[in-house]
Amino acid sequence: MIEDKRVARVQELIYEMKVEQVMTKNVITVGSQSMMSELRDLLRTKRISGVPVVDSGKLVGLVSIEDFIRCLAEGRINSQVADNMSSQVMTLNTDDPLTRAVEEFDCSGYGRFPVINRASGKLEGVITKGDIIRGLLKKIEIDYHEEEIHRYRASHFFEDILADETTLIFKYSVVGKDFNRAGGTSSELKKTLKRLGMLPGITRRVAIATYEAEINIVSYTDGGEITARVTPQEIKIEAVDNGPGIPDIRKAMEPGFSTAPEWIRDLGFGAGMGLNNIQKCADVMKLKSTVEKGTRLVIIVYLNERIKRAP
Amino acid sequence: MLLDAVIKELDLEIRYSSDALGKPISGVYISDLLSDVIANAEAGNLWLTLQVHPNIIAVASLKELAGIILVNGRQPDPETLKKAEEEQVPLLSSRLPTFELAGRLYLMMRRC
Repeated sequence: MIEDKRVARVQELIYEMKVEQVMTKNVITVGSQSMMSELRDLLRTKRISGVPVVDSGKLVGLVSIEDFIRCLAEGRINSQVADNMSSQVMTLNTDDPLTRAVEEFDCSGYGRFPVINRASGKLEGVITKGDIIRGLLKKIEIDYHEEEIHRYRASHFFEDILADETTLIFKYSVVGKDFNRAGGTSSELKKTLKRLGMLPGITRRVAIATYEAEINIVSYTDGGEITARVTPQEIKIEAVDNGPGIPDIRKAMEPGFSTAPEWIRDLGFGAGMGLNNIQKCADVMKLKSTVEKGTRLVIIVYLNERIKRAP
Repeated sequence: MLLDAVIKELDLEIRYSSDALGKPISGVYISDLLSDVIANAEAGNLWLTLQVHPNIIAVASLKELAGIILVNGRQPDPETLKKAEEEQVPLLSSRLPTFELAGRLYLMMRRC
């Protein structure tokens, strides 16, 4: 579970982060008029395998250790870099997302790309696969640190309240059959939880579960009430209505099972996935229903990740 | 791939654009069932649908999607447009049918 989340975060990061955030900035370069013999010292002392060739700020080519070896084999050590470099160079831009860099490394098989400023055309840095890995690790470390601070703040909010037990209660009434307003409760609750400093993952799970519960009330009843109870340990959502009730809960839980009328399906609701979505998001889900009396749904999401999900 | 580039290449009509147009999109999800989108779309996805009612904005904002493309020349309800502004969800529209859009997007995303 945790591992999956980490992978997802890295995937998110390679879309969010730009090439310039991870590239190496102070790049060693040579001019195209330099001699290959000078290049030898550069490659040896700096322990690098390739150098961008730059004339007055602009990238004109790339010269690598392979170019040097070829030049040596052909006995042309006294020729200029311009005669030995490859001038068709694939580059990346400073504002490209990291995902583009990863793609280019994959497709081209090259080990490094010069990075250009899109506007000025000037060489700003060089990026290697190692730069990407280092950049991602650093960012994850910063994120983790922020998450720790975040966690501290959220618990701090409760610590400021002096009582043996604290529960914050948020109540929302849901209007039946009004699809224009459906989703309002979950979106307000999501904003409220964000302001309380809840972790984004927790907030998202609560918001999705509440949304589905809300849509059920809107679709099948004349209205109901959603209550969120927040304690330092958990968020408990109760969705209560006096609607027609669910005759067979086991059947209602089957993915794809739906009793929604045609007009609701036409709107894209009633796919029979709502209760499954709730279950996926909740640590505990309790559903009680009496036909013609109403339905009561309880969802609990634990705030402390260390409390295991109920089997 | 940036949302900007998708808009240009597919010649999409911008109904509402937030300042998130320069953001990269993480993928594309196509469905007209809202619960299915909630269950299976991923954050940063671009969503293609023929639904035009205000709840698509609630779903997009809930799942933190990159934006919505209304297919087949569909136009949003006025309420949908208002919600898009409130929740800052980019709302686009295309004359092309879903199949065509999907094919083009697929090629764009596979391009190396």
